[in-house]
Amino acid sequence: MNNYELMVIFTPVLSEEDFKAAQKKYADLIAELGGATVHSNPWGLKSLAYPIQKKTTGIYWVLEFTGPSDINEKLKIQMLRDEQIMRHMITRLDKNAVEYNYVKRNGGFAMQDKIEA
Amino acid sequence: MAKNEIKYLTAIKQEKPKKKFCRFKKYGIKYVDYKDIDFLKKFINEQGKLLPRRLSGNSLKYQRKVQDAVKKARQMSLLPYVTDLLK
Repeated sequence: MNNYELMVIFTPVLSEEDFKAAQKKYADLIAELGGATVHSNPWGLKSLAYPIQKKTTGIYWVLEFTGPSDINEKLKIQMLRDEQIMRHMITRLDKNAVEYNYVKRNGGFAMQDKIEA
Repeated sequence: MAKNEIKYLTAIKQEKPKKKFCRFKKYGIKYVDYKDIDFLKKFINEQGKLLPRRLSGNSLKYQRKVQDAVKKARQMSLLPYVTDLLK
């Protein structure tokens, strides 16, 4: 069971409940494929650094989950088929990353720890 | 008074180069998060290009982690590939 982090950019025209429905759909898909979602973090509407598919804003969603190693291929097929999704990226988290996310979620990082040097 | 010996009233202050240190080793950071934009911005210049190690002062191991994180951030359009006056 590896730790993965999925980041998805939806098209900005998506309404609020469509966005929630899409989140639920993929969370259930992961659960169905034998994985487990650790933490879902929707960022909402954000402006993009450069236009994607002629759009300058997108709805971001970050999901941290664990799953068997073949879960990503199935996820990718679903996401490429879904036209609401402009771009997605699945990254593998090593132990430092998992610990970083855990500490960040529980507000562990004091400001000076983030090295202002 | 030797011809070529010039005496200054106050000693010339040579600009001692600031000792560069790898901030990852010093502050014990283990993971560079690609979502943390304002931290990554310390490692790219105005055009959005990656700073070389001699300027950022990172050790090789952490420079590569920063490199991966910046490229992931660019892929997910959190950081632009090329721009001007990014800061």
